[in-house]
Amino acid sequence: MATLIFLLSSAALLQFFVSYCRSLIAACIKQPLSAEVRDVTGIPSTASAADFARVIQLLDLCPERPEERGRIRAINTYFWLLNVVRATLARAIPSLVAWTDMERGQCTYFAAVTLDRRIAFSRDMLAQQIDV
Amino acid sequence: MPGSLEYTIWCLATLLEVAVVVSAIGRRCFGRYLCLNLYMLSSLVVSIARYWALSHYGLRSSEYKYCYFYSDAILTIFLYLALITLYLRVFDEMNVDKYVRLAAVALLAGTALFSYGVVQQSSNKMLTGFFFELSQNLYFVGLVLTYVLWGAILKLRETRTQLIQLVLSLGIYFSAFAATFALGNMFPNFQFFGYVVPVFGCLLPLAWAFAFWRLAPDARIAPARLAVVPR
Repeated sequence: MATLIFLLSSAALLQFFVSYCRSLIAACIKQPLSAEVRDVTGIPSTASAADFARVIQLLDLCPERPEERGRIRAINTYFWLLNVVRATLARAIPSLVAWTDMERGQCTYFAAVTLDRRIAFSRDMLAQQIDV
Repeated sequence: MPGSLEYTIWCLATLLEVAVVVSAIGRRCFGRYLCLNLYMLSSLVVSIARYWALSHYGLRSSEYKYCYFYSDAILTIFLYLALITLYLRVFDEMNVDKYVRLAAVALLAGTALFSYGVVQQSSNKMLTGFFFELSQNLYFVGLVLTYVLWGAILKLRETRTQLIQLVLSLGIYFSAFAATFALGNMFPNFQFFGYVVPVFGCLLPLAWAFAFWRLAPDARIAPARLAVVPR
C-alpha cells in the first residue's frame, strides 16, 4: 500500500512541478527582452536551449534578488529534467524531441528575463548609492 | 533537543510564514485569500506554541508530543479549509458555493469517521491516535482534491496567474508530503526524513509569498501554456 501511495504521489508531484514551472515561464514569456540583454546573451528573437548555461553563468555574476532564488532553482531543475527526458524517452518517442527543445528554449528565455530584472535591480542600487 | 540545522529550518519556515502574510497585506490581497492567510497565521502561532512546549518540557515529553500531534491535526484541517476556498474561487462564476461547502463538510466528516474506525480497531491511545490518523488521511484527501481542482482549472481554462500558482504550489506540497510519508513507512529506520519533511514545509510559504508579492492580483496567463500536452 505504501509503495502504491508513493508511486501515485510521486507521479502527482512530478506533474504539479512541471505545471508550476510552466506557469512561472508563462507569466514572463510575453515580457520583451531589453536590447542590452539581447546583446549580452546573444539571444536574437527566440531563445534556444544551447544558450541556457551561458545565461545562468551571467545570472551568477549579478547581485541576487532573494525572491528570485527559488524560481531560478525550480527552472534549473526543470531544465535538467527536460535534458533527461530528451536523452532517454525522446529516443523512443521522436515527437518529444521538438517539445523538449521548445520547453528548454523557454527556460532560457525565462533566465534571460530574470537577468534583465537583475541588471535593472543592480542599476537601481548603484543609482541609490550615488545619491547617498 | 533538535540540532542547529533543525532550528535553522524551523526559523526559516516561520519567517516565510510571516512573509506570506506581510506580502498579502502589502499587495492588498489578504481578504481575497483570507483562509490561506489565516492558515499561515495559525501556522505561525503553532510554531511559537511548539517552541514553548519544546523549551519547557523537552522533545521526549508527552506534553510536547500532545502539542505537536494536536496542533498538526488542527493545521491540516485549516489547510483543508484553505483548499476548499480555492475551490470556491475557481467555481465562483458557476454559483455552486452551497454544494462545494456541503461536499467539503461531508468529506471532512467522512475522513474523520474513517480515521476513528481505523484507530478504534488498532490502538489503545484513542485520542492521540485519532488525531495522527486524521492528519495523515487529510493529507491524502488534500492531494486528491488538489489534483481534481487542477483538472478543473485546465478544463475551465482558468487564467488568473496568482490563483493558478497558489493551487500548483499546494499540489507540490501535498504530493511531496504524501510521497515522504509513504517512503517513511517503507523505510522506517531511514533518518533522512527527519530533515526532508521540515524542508518541504518551507516550500509552500515560499511559493505563496512569491505569488502574493510578485504577481499582480489581476495578472492573467494563456491557459494553453499550462497543459503539458499542447491543445
